[in-house]
Amino acid sequence: MDDIKITTPLTDDVIRKLKAGDRVLITGYVYTARDAAHKKMVELIDKGEKLPFDPKGQIIYFVGPAPAKPGQVINSAGPTTSGRMNPYSPRLIAVGLKGIIGKGEMGAGVVEALKKYTAVYMVATGGAAALIADRITGMELVAYEELGAEAIRRLTVENFPAIVAQDCHGGNIYIEGVEKYKR
Amino acid sequence: MREIDSKDITAAVRKLSMDANYYLGEDVLAALKKFEKLEESPLGKEILNQIIKNADIAASKQMPLCQDTGLTVLFVEIGQDVHVKGDFNEAIQEGVRQGYRDGYLRKSIVVDPLNRKNTGDNTPAVISTVIVPGDKIKLTILPKGGGSENMSRIKMLKPADGEQGVKEFVIETIKIAGGNPCPPLVVGVGIGGSFDRVAQLAKHALLREVGSKHPDPFYARMEDELLEKINDTGVGPQGLGGRTTALAVHIETAPCHIASLPVAVNTQCHSARHKTVVI
Repeated sequence: MDDIKITTPLTDDVIRKLKAGDRVLITGYVYTARDAAHKKMVELIDKGEKLPFDPKGQIIYFVGPAPAKPGQVINSAGPTTSGRMNPYSPRLIAVGLKGIIGKGEMGAGVVEALKKYTAVYMVATGGAAALIADRITGMELVAYEELGAEAIRRLTVENFPAIVAQDCHGGNIYIEGVEKYKR
Repeated sequence: MREIDSKDITAAVRKLSMDANYYLGEDVLAALKKFEKLEESPLGKEILNQIIKNADIAASKQMPLCQDTGLTVLFVEIGQDVHVKGDFNEAIQEGVRQGYRDGYLRKSIVVDPLNRKNTGDNTPAVISTVIVPGDKIKLTILPKGGGSENMSRIKMLKPADGEQGVKEFVIETIKIAGGNPCPPLVVGVGIGGSFDRVAQLAKHALLREVGSKHPDPFYARMEDELLEKINDTGVGPQGLGGRTTALAVHIETAPCHIASLPVAVNTQCHSARHKTVVI
């Protein structure tokens, strides 16, 4: 199985080619956000205000890294459980977000949004946090510094390893994969 | 009566906090390598490979295996002939405070479950203490990640539900959990005791060496059967499908009331971290 190399910002053409179960290597930028930052961003959308970054074509990575040691770009930074962002992610996809990276299956609302707006949900290996940190070459604060590990940061990534979990065609590796290997 | 200075306890807990988060146990690593060879799913194999490589990177760079460095759980056995000089509980909390600060580990504890303000130093640790014969203190740390803790379950079964009922509850828990607790898992199962005790049994079961057999042949067989059934669910590494959903099932039991059959399942992700020291 070959890895598919993709770069950000993501276009609809690239997203349509991605199928559940594909291995991808991402190069470019990803934005970090977890529960608290999502809540704040959706409140801004409700008020019709601008988000801390332009989500068009971008990827959000659900992560709360360990604090960096002196001289380190970032410390261990694996994905957190995506299901907690089910209420928020469709709202961000509706305003242009094209990709999500997390772990675990996402809900029906997200599946609908992935299809309607041509977006993709990818997963990184939960608990492979030191290996993932090795693929992150830059980090800068974007917003909500007060949230600590939950602040929004822009990460520069090189060949960040992920797997397409739920695609824009309704494909879902959580269903297809489990079906294939259960006895 | 042997005297132990609380400062020595703080120093030990500080080191345990870091070591447990940087260095995956040899038993877990051996199991991961064994299952990687057997895994049929190419994606599953790739994920297991990443997990094995990750352990290597974490150890060599002294980085946490997972960014979720957990709620710090401590199991303490205190010899009844030991006198601790100073505040024993505070000595442990200070060790956690120093370990998480000096080890660049994530602080993941909130003061209040509803108001959600971070304590800033990963305290308080959850400590369970037993008094044992002797003049030593045995400290075991288990940093428990939120993702896997969240998928754990408890149920008060009826005695008539028996072995079959317990097995069904365990399998149901694994299916509901899917990829969320970061499989492959170590599955801790508590059976018996009381409502509160059974959850402690399930957590304590996670400390057993992966690959070891239950001393009671009846439960050893039950563990083997459960492991096979869990891996037959097809959930696989990270829930993406495969033959490796769990590396091990560990059962602990306790006597219980004639009317009760409590069962608890504590799901532990593949970052099955724990370290022990004896003072």
